[in-house]
Amino acid sequence: MGEVKLLGTRHSPYLHRVIWALKLKGIPYEFIEQDLDNKSPLLLQSNPVHKKIPVLIHGGNPIAESVIILEYIEEKWPQNPLLPSDPYEKAVARFWVKFADEKGLSISKVLQSSGEEQEKARKESLEMLEIIEEHAPGLGQKKFFGGDKIGMVDLTLGRLAHWMGVTEEVTGVKIMEAGKFPRLEAWMKNFKEDPVIKENLPEFKDTLAVMKRHRETLLASK
Amino acid sequence: MAKSDVKLLGAWTSPFAMRPRIALNIKSVDYEFQEEDWLVSKSELLLKSNPVHKKVPVLIHAGNPICESLIIVQYIDEVWSSGPSILPSDPYDRATARFWSAYIDDKWFPSMVAFLFAQEEDAKKAAIAQMEEGLVPLEEAFGKCSKGKAFFGGDRIGFLDIAFGCFLGWLRVIEKAGGIELLNETQTPSPLKWAERFSSDIAVKELLPDTDKLAEFRKKAQAKMTANN
Repeated sequence: MGEVKLLGTRHSPYLHRVIWALKLKGIPYEFIEQDLDNKSPLLLQSNPVHKKIPVLIHGGNPIAESVIILEYIEEKWPQNPLLPSDPYEKAVARFWVKFADEKGLSISKVLQSSGEEQEKARKESLEMLEIIEEHAPGLGQKKFFGGDKIGMVDLTLGRLAHWMGVTEEVTGVKIMEAGKFPRLEAWMKNFKEDPVIKENLPEFKDTLAVMKRHRETLLASK
Repeated sequence: MAKSDVKLLGAWTSPFAMRPRIALNIKSVDYEFQEEDWLVSKSELLLKSNPVHKKVPVLIHAGNPICESLIIVQYIDEVWSSGPSILPSDPYDRATARFWSAYIDDKWFPSMVAFLFAQEEDAKKAAIAQMEEGLVPLEEAFGKCSKGKAFFGGDRIGFLDIAFGCFLGWLRVIEKAGGIELLNETQTPSPLKWAERFSSDIAVKELLPDTDKLAEFRKKAQAKMTANN
């Protein structure tokens, strides 16, 4: 079927969505680490429009944008499905994938800003958590959003399992108060303890160091 | 399928609401349309069916609400699978269609909004420049996706045609207001010709709003939003 290459940076939450999908489906791939300060010809050629990671290259064909990559992987390798087969349930899952993908950006903004801008991002992040806690179907009843097995919604929300904690520690800003989101907290525990996820998360202290530097560089340039 | 089984909450002014309507037309599905006069108020049904975003479009099929325009289009494609296909069949082609649809929504559409809400001349000029620049990649995208055929989707209109084509109504309002040609012979000759074909397509024709009526609506909306602030 052609070899699979994955372009990314080691501590990217978006990269990890794709790693987890490939690992859950047992697809071998070659990881090619990228330096975003010095973009490689391969990256520029594979994602000329956005010049961002992750990019999946399958049999020479590049696919960009993590959620689009997940849909591609799901269609190309149907084993261990990440989406329900029923069209309505699939549409509901896609809704929450989109929600998690778009609203999750607020957490990045908390890391990347300070003062009023950061406070606004914190409030938006909190609102995202509140909506998921209240409205996301299956949360609290099943182990994962995907049911008994991890699915695409779980992967897209994976940011909460590692990067949100890193952001909170780097900035000193609390996003998720303990005890306020019982269903989400239970999900996070299940997600982090899953063997595939556990084995494919960077070390907390390493991501912490990288994100700390990233924040310092960004704020210095403002 | 009984007409009452399929209901669409939308608005004639919303390009997003147009997307599922085109899809339902392609599949020859009868449906009940409920116009949401969102400048005035949102219906109970809309608030109940889309509690998270409270926006159109929402498709209600056999009592189940489906939200987000492109998610609805994919749902329609999957449920009414005996009709003409909307998404390409090859996974890589599907990824390409999804990529450009996301580009239009995430990168290009915000510049359109920026123009429509801009008060100062400088802001308007900047937004127009951004819109023009944003359209340029679509020339190459058309070549890649259409593979020499009439539409992004090939012989018939497909996912990306719908995703982009729904904006033609507002695009024309902006072109008239700004005295410009956003789609033009120099930079975007293929999309320019495609726009004509798309607008005349039987699944689309009746749905594209009249440019003058839309411009009128814009004035009304601007007045109302200024009054509210």
